[in-house]
Amino acid sequence: MSIAAPMRAGARDLAHVAGAFGLGVVLLSAFLAIAGFHVAPALSALWNGAFGSWDNFTSAALVRATPLVILGLAFTLGSKAGTLNIGMEGQFAAGAIGTTWAGLHLGGVPPVLAVAVALAGGLIAGAAWVALPVILRMKLGVSEVITTLLLNFVGVAAVSYAVTGPLQEPSRIYPQSALIAPAARLPHLAAGSRLHLGFIFAIIIAGLLSLLLKQTAWGFRIRSVGAGPRAALIIGRMPVATIAATALLWSGALAGFGGAVEVTGVSYALYQNLSPGYGFTAIAVALLGRLQPTFVLVAGVLFGALEAGAAAMQRDAGIPAVAVQVVEAVVIITVLLTARRRA
Amino acid sequence: MLHEISKSFGATVALSRVSLSVVAGQVHALLGENGAGKSTLMHVAYGMLRPDAGTVTVSAAGGIATTTHGFPSPRAARAAGIGMVHQHFTSIPALTVCENIALTAGWTETGRAAERRAESVVGRLGLPLRVSDYVESLSVQLRQRLEIVKALAANARILLLDEPTAVLAPREVDELLTFVREFALGGGAVVLITHKLDEVFRVADRVTVMRRGEVTLRDVIAKQTPQSLSRAMIGADLPPPIRLEARTGDVLVRASGLRLQRRGVAANRAGIEGADFSVRAGEVVGVAAIEGNGQRELLRAIASVDDIAITTGSLDVAGPVGFIPEDRTTEGLIPQFTLAENLLLGTIARSTRWLAWPALRARTGELLRAHDVRASGPDAAAATLSGGNQQKFVFARALAGKPRVVVAEDPTRGLDLRATQVIHERLRDAARQGAAVIVHSSDLDEVLALADRVLVVARGQVRELPRDTPRDVVGDTMLALESVA
Repeated sequence: MSIAAPMRAGARDLAHVAGAFGLGVVLLSAFLAIAGFHVAPALSALWNGAFGSWDNFTSAALVRATPLVILGLAFTLGSKAGTLNIGMEGQFAAGAIGTTWAGLHLGGVPPVLAVAVALAGGLIAGAAWVALPVILRMKLGVSEVITTLLLNFVGVAAVSYAVTGPLQEPSRIYPQSALIAPAARLPHLAAGSRLHLGFIFAIIIAGLLSLLLKQTAWGFRIRSVGAGPRAALIIGRMPVATIAATALLWSGALAGFGGAVEVTGVSYALYQNLSPGYGFTAIAVALLGRLQPTFVLVAGVLFGALEAGAAAMQRDAGIPAVAVQVVEAVVIITVLLTARRRA
Repeated sequence: MLHEISKSFGATVALSRVSLSVVAGQVHALLGENGAGKSTLMHVAYGMLRPDAGTVTVSAAGGIATTTHGFPSPRAARAAGIGMVHQHFTSIPALTVCENIALTAGWTETGRAAERRAESVVGRLGLPLRVSDYVESLSVQLRQRLEIVKALAANARILLLDEPTAVLAPREVDELLTFVREFALGGGAVVLITHKLDEVFRVADRVTVMRRGEVTLRDVIAKQTPQSLSRAMIGADLPPPIRLEARTGDVLVRASGLRLQRRGVAANRAGIEGADFSVRAGEVVGVAAIEGNGQRELLRAIASVDDIAITTGSLDVAGPVGFIPEDRTTEGLIPQFTLAENLLLGTIARSTRWLAWPALRARTGELLRAHDVRASGPDAAAATLSGGNQQKFVFARALAGKPRVVVAEDPTRGLDLRATQVIHERLRDAARQGAAVIVHSSDLDEVLALADRVLVVARGQVRELPRDTPRDVVGDTMLALESVA
């Protein structure tokens, strides 16, 4: 992908995405009508849940967008180097465990330091979770698609173990951890809003990643290894396997960071089903964003809005939130089809 | 057979009212530069492309088949008696010879019945092909013969051969041309696409030359000369090759008792099992070899790219080395990257942490002008350039590093005459300016035309042949048929 091309193609892409959303909503309406729901109140709830008010947009849509953006960027980084990190759900879980563990031990530590340590805990746990696939890929050539995917199940199981074992709350009744130290929690961006500092982190990471990929030798090496591994080796004389491994490691670390942000910004505790499949939805977000960090940010916000709307639809109109996956699926398929036709 | 065929791709006119008649019992040579429209015309004849206008007619014993808009599919073309051998092999490596034949010919038999039928076809041609062998185990020559067998198994009476000799050694080319003659003598018709004029004079009865989608010459071969044909192909006479007496300087590459091998490959695979030679500044050394004899490993060891391990002996190279890899689009360039990015690829090892894009783009622009690379600018994706311009860019990048040693693997493969000339000139220029140039080509004539000295690599052995060695002897040495001790 050249540097200039996505900008030129931007307007047309936007039209495609908008059209895809329109088509998805039409299909969703048809689906709802067939299933015997009232379409108008359902769509109204969907819209209001996401964009009905400033508070709905920030407290619901952007809060859900935050992990999607961070994980989408994690997938983007791995993909740029030609690796496919399908294991972000597991790395997210590992990051959440790491941050929760750190956060429970941070009473009495100054806030800024406590937040930094808690977030670092998630980052390191995410990197550790992807370390095994990285080593297997480098030493034995085992595809990371399989190893990272399988470690998702282990990651989810590890959360279950943690919240019923070592990290369970003191009363030992509920399958969840105690709340992390208040000093380790991310501040909200406005009084009364649930939107937290993590969303700003997501924006910064998107900008940073965009800058690194385009303007630094580090990013150029990663893009070269992904786009033309043979040329990167022969002409660029790059250690191709090492560069790909580094990108995969950072991808895992970033996914772990996503889990850290969710715990420190939203849940303040570890429990099962902390992620409603963020690690998988984020792959769609990254693909929808054409693996361009700034586009991924926009795609993440769109999907965050959809998820927020879906929750509202379930609450206000009694329609299962999974129905919205029809829209997501239509958007993804349409965008992939148009991208493929152009290639 | 083909009448007033026109075909456009978008704004590009590939064929403009081109007609071609092929008569039973004759070999018809089709010549032209890359992009002249030869392959497009054959694809129309074989039903792979529908023409915008024009007719394809095949007269058979049972009547005449005319199609106003070409055959709708290769299957229809095969049914009308047309067989095609593509430039790139179309057999499926994971299937057997028999299965590949049955697939193309549309046989309904399976198992032993199909194998017996395949054996009878192969036997008729007297080929050393075992029908139960998997195609991936076959040599390049046999794979190519299999392509012909497939066409004949479908009862083709008209054979379209698209550059069939490009991958063959001289002796193998002889065998193929003999077969082509015999097929014509047996009443078949052949269209032979080639870049090599000597083959045309050896085997063809008639010739058609194309240039930019139009026919520029149509005649019996007896009335033509190599000069007249090349004039029709490129629109001007070829300048005579200039060969200056090499003025050589210091030894820049020296191999002694060298044995080497690709890392991580079974011990008996292609490598070099003994090489003693040196290359001096200012000379062009040609490396003649057939694919898979170790020349690739040798060249890459000299360029110190790829994973080549020296097991014994020594290889001293006075760097820096400019390397032109065989495969432009996977090893030489990253097609979806811009030219500026591809330039950076060559210097990334010495790059600063932050990239200076304005300076890089300016340098790319200078390079494009200096080396006459036709591109819309530094931001053009490499994929948008023609093959010749891509290769000119790869050379420009390699020479920009002021290399003392230049190593080029098959640098003109797939390029037309004019681009080939430019690349040859670049190689000679590099030598004139004091570089030691080592160039391998799969085309023996190119090696002989370019080189001051010739090294032959066969089965891992490297031998230097005297400069006046006859072409046939060089060819035999490449096939390791006789030992030139």
